[in-house]
Amino acid sequence: MTATLVEIRDAIRSRRTGAREWVEQAIAAIERLEPQLRALVSYDADRARKLAREVDERIARSQEVGPLAGAPLLVKDNICTRFGPTTCASKILENFQAPYDAHVVERLEAAGAIILGKTNLDEFAMGGSTENSAMGPTRNPWALDRVPGGSSGGSAAAVAAGMVPAALGSDTGGSIRQPASFCGITGLKPTYGRVSRYGLVAYGSSLDQIGPFARNVRDAALLLEIIAGHDSRDSTSVNSPVPRYTAALDTPLDGVRIGYAEEYFGEGLDPEVRQAVEAALDVYRSAGATVVPIHLPHTKYCIACYYLVATAEASSNLARYDGVHYGHRTAAPEDYIDVYCASRQEGFGPEVRRRIMLGTYALSSGYYDAYYLKALKVRTLIKQDFEQAFGQVDVIACPTAPTPPWVIGEKINDPLAMYLMDVYTVSANLAGIPGISIPCGFSGAGLPIGLQLLGPHFAEERLLRIAHEYQRHTDWHTRAPQIAAG
Amino acid sequence: MLSRLKPTEEEVRLFSEQLSTILAYFDQLSEVDTTQVPPTAHALPVSNVFRPDEPHVPFGPDQALANAPRRDGDFFAVPKVLDQESA
Repeated sequence: MTATLVEIRDAIRSRRTGAREWVEQAIAAIERLEPQLRALVSYDADRARKLAREVDERIARSQEVGPLAGAPLLVKDNICTRFGPTTCASKILENFQAPYDAHVVERLEAAGAIILGKTNLDEFAMGGSTENSAMGPTRNPWALDRVPGGSSGGSAAAVAAGMVPAALGSDTGGSIRQPASFCGITGLKPTYGRVSRYGLVAYGSSLDQIGPFARNVRDAALLLEIIAGHDSRDSTSVNSPVPRYTAALDTPLDGVRIGYAEEYFGEGLDPEVRQAVEAALDVYRSAGATVVPIHLPHTKYCIACYYLVATAEASSNLARYDGVHYGHRTAAPEDYIDVYCASRQEGFGPEVRRRIMLGTYALSSGYYDAYYLKALKVRTLIKQDFEQAFGQVDVIACPTAPTPPWVIGEKINDPLAMYLMDVYTVSANLAGIPGISIPCGFSGAGLPIGLQLLGPHFAEERLLRIAHEYQRHTDWHTRAPQIAAG
Repeated sequence: MLSRLKPTEEEVRLFSEQLSTILAYFDQLSEVDTTQVPPTAHALPVSNVFRPDEPHVPFGPDQALANAPRRDGDFFAVPKVLDQESA
């Protein structure tokens, strides 16, 4: 299906096309595409059909329905749902059945959305390619031999291929924005604290944030309106009013200042990506925006800073997988310590184990000051870079990823090379600011390229408006891969 | 080992190599002067978040134990923790 969330919502509410028909379309697309893409970990067609019938009955009886009534959606499999398993694409949670729904799941379902299933990811959201999944890699709908990005690669691939109009992912260091870029769709990481993390399986707790994938900015704004807002069950969820993001989209751009940081256009940037992003800046200039040079001097340290903070937090968060309370337990432990060690060794994949080791090392006495504490101080400097920049400009424009999607397997044996691909996305998580990736062109080989816009804390309204303005002037976001047409 | 993992010998070899490369890359942080810089553990200035101290109904034993890999009645089952000498 190529319909947008807003189109589906309007068709259902005006009784042109019922919820059941949209859900059947989504199920048919999943059945047809899933053998090639492997975007899902689990899905439940019967449950979706039942929920769709309920929506249609309410509408037939002219009863009130929510703003997303009948819209088929998917959520990343690190978001807890009472239905189906929640695996984090890890063997350690293979049979885990969450006892509660995540806050965002409650919000979506209260709005009438129909969650069809759970999407594939890098195990525990650790990776940028969805290759680190115990369920096997997801494939990019634009080129099946390539990665869809990650860690929310399943959600991005599913939306791009037309299984569903929108999906949720999580972003700890770029895990929404980068797969959105690689799959040619729109992906938003909100400000840290904007969306409750209650029920999101923790990776890097000071960095994690849930956000939407959609075919365009309007749909992403609609989803954010529904999932954002205070929730006392996440003490970092911020208690400030949620604007009507969709209402602000059509304000004209005159006088908007867009920051251009040369640090984001240096060594390692693919020339085709550079060209597409610079052309996007020209679109903004013609739309009445001013492009202003700015500096983010600590950009070169962001990868080291991020991977120290993220792995330290991960090693602590993943200590809960002990083979006792839930998750995989080794069959024949030598003693009680071996319950932990063998269960974790068998349950976690190699990248998760690497990150646990790195984080444990960075936090261990003797290395704490040199690594973890040092990273927290550099984090302050990176945050200050943005504070200074946003004194001069409204948003910052840059590439989402330095290259188009790579071939599956190409980087899997070189973890550092993989980490370096996160150079443009991790800073936003360190600073807690919102970022959005929107499609801005294709490489010569036909692979999608994403433009990233970053804004100050809680400036989602502005970010969405500026991103939407680009989509008013371009049609990259309307392109779909061949596979979607079927 | 602090990580509570049980790497194979082959893995110890591979991971030491990969992790040394990564740590060497991290070492570039040492060139940043941070003598006057306070650490940031949290990106937003949110602190001391309180909620009303009201009683809630917690998960019952069946819900809490639903995902337990080994269960013994209303308890999580674990191997003997104390051996003869330390008992």
